[in-house]
Amino acid sequence: MIEVEGLTKFYGPVRAIEDVTFRVEKGEIVGFLGPNGAGKTTTMRILACFMPPTQGRAVVAGYDVLEQPLEVRRRVGYLPENVPLYPDMTVTGYLQFVAEVKGVPRRLRKQKIEEVLEACGATEMAGRLISRLSKGYRQRVGLCQALLNDPEVLILDEPTIGLDPRQIIEIRQLIKDLGAQRTIILSTHILPEVSMTCQRVIIINEGRIVAVDTPGNLQAGLQKGAQLVLQVRGPAEAVERELRRVAGVVEVRRQEARGDGVCSFVVECDRGAEVQEELAAAVVRNQWGLRELRATGLTLEDVFIRLVTHEAHEEEAAA
Amino acid sequence: MRGMYAVFKRELKAYLFSPIAYVVMTIFLVISGYIFYSNLAIFSIISFQAIQQPQFASGLNVSEGVVRPLFGDMGIILVFMAPLLTMRLFAEERKSGTMELLLTFPLRDMEIILGKFFAALVIYLLMVAATAVYPILLLVFGEPELGPLIAGYLGLILMGAAFLALGTWASSLTENQIVAAVIAFGMLLLFWIIGWATSLAPPLLRQILPHVSIIEHYGNFSKGVIATHDLLYYLLFIGFFLFANQIGLESRKWRGRV
Repeated sequence: MIEVEGLTKFYGPVRAIEDVTFRVEKGEIVGFLGPNGAGKTTTMRILACFMPPTQGRAVVAGYDVLEQPLEVRRRVGYLPENVPLYPDMTVTGYLQFVAEVKGVPRRLRKQKIEEVLEACGATEMAGRLISRLSKGYRQRVGLCQALLNDPEVLILDEPTIGLDPRQIIEIRQLIKDLGAQRTIILSTHILPEVSMTCQRVIIINEGRIVAVDTPGNLQAGLQKGAQLVLQVRGPAEAVERELRRVAGVVEVRRQEARGDGVCSFVVECDRGAEVQEELAAAVVRNQWGLRELRATGLTLEDVFIRLVTHEAHEEEAAA
Repeated sequence: MRGMYAVFKRELKAYLFSPIAYVVMTIFLVISGYIFYSNLAIFSIISFQAIQQPQFASGLNVSEGVVRPLFGDMGIILVFMAPLLTMRLFAEERKSGTMELLLTFPLRDMEIILGKFFAALVIYLLMVAATAVYPILLLVFGEPELGPLIAGYLGLILMGAAFLALGTWASSLTENQIVAAVIAFGMLLLFWIIGWATSLAPPLLRQILPHVSIIEHYGNFSKGVIATHDLLYYLLFIGFFLFANQIGLESRKWRGRV
């Protein structure tokens, strides 16, 4: 449904994205993940035919964004980051305008507007001025607007930003429901959102794609091995030194100590290495108190931070 | 076309719901009304004197004495007022970010530009229509020539449309409405006075400058002359700035600075 190949965009001398390549299949919900300024918005703007790329090719719903932007726009629903709506219009008035612009036939307009309002749970706000809407409802009206032309592809830029937790959950559910019939690409810098709503993740950093995979695979793939959490009562530095000495341990990270001399450590070890017993033994041998020892997986957050910082380190090394 | 009509309707509603169109209309009508009144008052005083001294009566007529100066003065007020009508058209959308959505709707750039331009034009036509009270009064109580009246209105409408096209273009240059108005006002004033340099200019420019001046062509209309080159001048002027607007929009898209 979306095919992007070697997409590059410069703002004057500044490179926003470089050589971005990915595919999104029909019916997929794909999350675009990256820190602020990574190039998510730029990529989405190009896909929505807001601006042309400097280089590369993007095909959305079967049409090239450079050659047939009007055809692409007819098949795409786009929700920009700050949900720019006309404050002086009512919700229905605004949707009527969008329906007309998007070429919804006159006799279907009213029904279509009711449908999208219903789908996005904004029916009760239909007569309200947009300037009087809360952030959550603005977001919904933004989604309504994007849905009016029955788009094959939905491009949502930070759809849950600035919402309260309950609204976030509602909007996420809404996106999931919409994804049943549509291809959706959404950007976010909130990690749990991706694992909750998306089937695939594209991680982008400093304008380049760092990883493309399912959230599950990303978590598993980057994990060199198991990760353990230990809580030990004892001298923190000595404990850390001792833990590192255990065979199979790759990395030990010390969390900040609690007041009572108990300190937690995150221990990463080689895949398949059974180090729990060794670790416990090491702690007991030194007569420290072992408070907790449990295995955890890498969270998507860890994966993300590792991918993003890893990249930065490499660049520093190269420079 | 469908898209243009939708943009046009939205823009027109936005005008009717914001105070600026009403303020501009009111001020335009108050000032032009005052000018009409004072021109007419002076004209009738002169007429009374002409009754007593018939040698002054030759060449005295309502068209020359009231209608023509009225059109001239309305043109000058327009230089101040037209930029205020057009300043928000693009600047506001750029500032509030709604431009981003507008440009991703299935619309051609020209549909957006024309929709906005025609909305401003309709507001302007309403304003001009309200001034019809003055010639109607003249028609009721006197016998002005119809030709100069009709030609004058055609000129006023064409020149106003040209001002609005320039103003719409100026509005797309910036996200600040005041800046848009100042640019439009400055450019209009320049086009207005450019003819003044004629006597100082080298021979080639001396021939060109009067034809560039926006007032030179207007003058013919209020005399009652509808000449092809005057019509063409305004139509080209309008076309040029609508086109410049499209080029600018396109170029800003490439630079990513919309």
